Amino acid sequence: MSTTPAITVDGVSKRYRLYNERNQSLKATLMRGRRARYEEFWALREVSFEVAEGSTFGLIGENGSGKSTMLKCMAKILRPDKGSIATRGKISALLELGAGFHPELSGRENVYLNGAILGLTKRQIDQRFDEIVDFAGLEHFIDTPVKNYSSGMYVRLGFSVAINVEPDILLIDEILAVGDADFQRKCGEKFEDLRSRGKTIVIVTHALANVRNLCDEIALLEHGDLRRVGPAADVIDEYIGDVMSKRINAGERGDRWGSGEAIVDHIEMVDTSGEPVKRVRTGDAVIFRLHFSATEQIEQPVFGIGVHQLSGVYVGGGSTRDEEKVPEKMDGTGFVDFRIDRLMLVPGTYDLSASVLSYSLTHTFDYRHRTFRFDVESGTPRADEDGMVALGGTWEGQALGP
Amino acid sequence: MARLAEYTSSRELLWNLTLRELRGRYKRSVLGWTWSLLNPLSSVLIFSVVFGFFLQVQPPVGHPSGLHNFAVFLLCGLLSWNYLSGTMNASMDTLLGNANLIRKVYFPREILVASTVCSLLVTFFIELGVLIVILLLLGNMVLPWIPALLMLVAIQTVFVLGLGLLLSVLNVYFRDVKHFIGIALQALFYSAPIVYPLSVVEKAGTRTSFPLVRVYELNPLVRMVEAYRDVLYDLRFPPLHDLLYLLAWSFGLLIAGLWVFGRLDRRLAEEV
Repeated sequence: MSTTPAITVDGVSKRYRLYNERNQSLKATLMRGRRARYEEFWALREVSFEVAEGSTFGLIGENGSGKSTMLKCMAKILRPDKGSIATRGKISALLELGAGFHPELSGRENVYLNGAILGLTKRQIDQRFDEIVDFAGLEHFIDTPVKNYSSGMYVRLGFSVAINVEPDILLIDEILAVGDADFQRKCGEKFEDLRSRGKTIVIVTHALANVRNLCDEIALLEHGDLRRVGPAADVIDEYIGDVMSKRINAGERGDRWGSGEAIVDHIEMVDTSGEPVKRVRTGDAVIFRLHFSATEQIEQPVFGIGVHQLSGVYVGGGSTRDEEKVPEKMDGTGFVDFRIDRLMLVPGTYDLSASVLSYSLTHTFDYRHRTFRFDVESGTPRADEDGMVALGGTWEGQALGP
Repeated sequence: MARLAEYTSSRELLWNLTLRELRGRYKRSVLGWTWSLLNPLSSVLIFSVVFGFFLQVQPPVGHPSGLHNFAVFLLCGLLSWNYLSGTMNASMDTLLGNANLIRKVYFPREILVASTVCSLLVTFFIELGVLIVILLLLGNMVLPWIPALLMLVAIQTVFVLGLGLLLSVLNVYFRDVKHFIGIALQALFYSAPIVYPLSVVEKAGTRTSFPLVRVYELNPLVRMVEAYRDVLYDLRFPPLHDLLYLLAWSFGLLIAGLWVFGRLDRRLAEEV
């Protein structure tokens, strides 16, 4: 790895306007003499760091910490109000896959269009066309209008074009989870390939487990300030140890975000007869019931849950998409159950996250991060509280006696 | 200078976005490309009945061509007007319509406006092609005048590009600009000698002490329509001072458009 910076972020500040009274009409402006009343809000304040060429760099932080804003500034989509960002080489940003696809046009036409938007010449796309289509696995559908694509196909094609731009710097915003397992494996290989060829990668993410393995260096942002930048392991330990525990001590549970067309109203823990319960024991059958309501019709919603230890360690989760139980559409109110026949958590206190996402997982309707807290008591099998899960095994062997 | 380099490296993007608009516009419609002809033809029919037949507006006799035909007289001005009003309307939608792109990908945003203009330029050329065929059928030997026509189209394209840049970005910040322009376009249409000959205004000027003709001719649209008509209807070269006047307006608008766009473009991704 060379030490020349691929990206130099120098004293970058970005100010957003929070409109109290948004006025987008010329008529009202002329009548009132001002366009809008707004408060200013600094999404980034005097942030400086360097991303070494050929390194994989993570941007982490809570929601609202400014990490996505930082990424958009790097991609030149937003312009900083103060400071500057210098980049070396061609940049490709994976912020939204298939942005700019035209639904009426075929996959082929859209590959050329999207490629051009990302800065490729026609000849470059000609050369890479087969690879792009092959990577997306859409050979048979490439001349079909993309409006007939499933959301998975759409995202795969978008991803495939973006990754085949062969950028010197690749900016990624939390979209590592695209497509099925096979496609994810291909993506992982492609990232490794880019890394090994000395390309610079910047990732914005919540998924700390990924970051620790993937990134060389990490910048931790908090409310628009750069808290720390340094080797991945050090920064993550600080993040988990410090930020998470501080948040839990202060009782600030339940970050929430999403566009809100469908929401998870509340979460219940019930037993198999449907009676609400407060506590469960290791080994019990339990149902997590997600009560939802939708203000408009949602196509192919995906429900998901995740369980975290209090320390912030993610224990596990699952989504309706994993089980291919995704309804065509949904509206009104109702509930979905996540049934666990044998809860294999060790005794302790846990937080449950619940979410409603679009089928492609790229759009969040509602994400309630660690919103529901529950206790697990000692049960059968007996499990060591220092561990993470009860393995549920049994010892056997002649040496142990009859 | 850096911007200029960015524009030239975006030629492919301009081409692709233009293709997208053209394909998107006519795909899945039964009549396809003929739509772009139906619209001016229906206007010609309406105006010919109302102005040519009911109101008995007399088209001038083409000099030196000798052509005397209201529908053709009308078309020579109307097509240029359609190009102007079409680009004004479309450029106001182009940034908002591509909001998703603007928020997610970086490229010089001026290209969006330019692609809108280009796609309408293609339509304009098709319409002009049909008009030339009509003119030839009527015995107006317009072919030697095609270079002059192309020059006018080039000047007008600079004109509408500048105007489009201004309007597109203003409409993001003030969403009702579109409504104001809708009203303005109605007035503008009658402010130029499209459905009536210039001689009508000259005659009206003699009835008042107000310097009507002089004020009237300040409007660049008047000179634009007249210039097209000189080349297509009369078969003569437009007066040089008119061309210079149009050139000054066009480049003035382009410079103003680029400047305003460059300033308001800074927060575009947040505002769309």
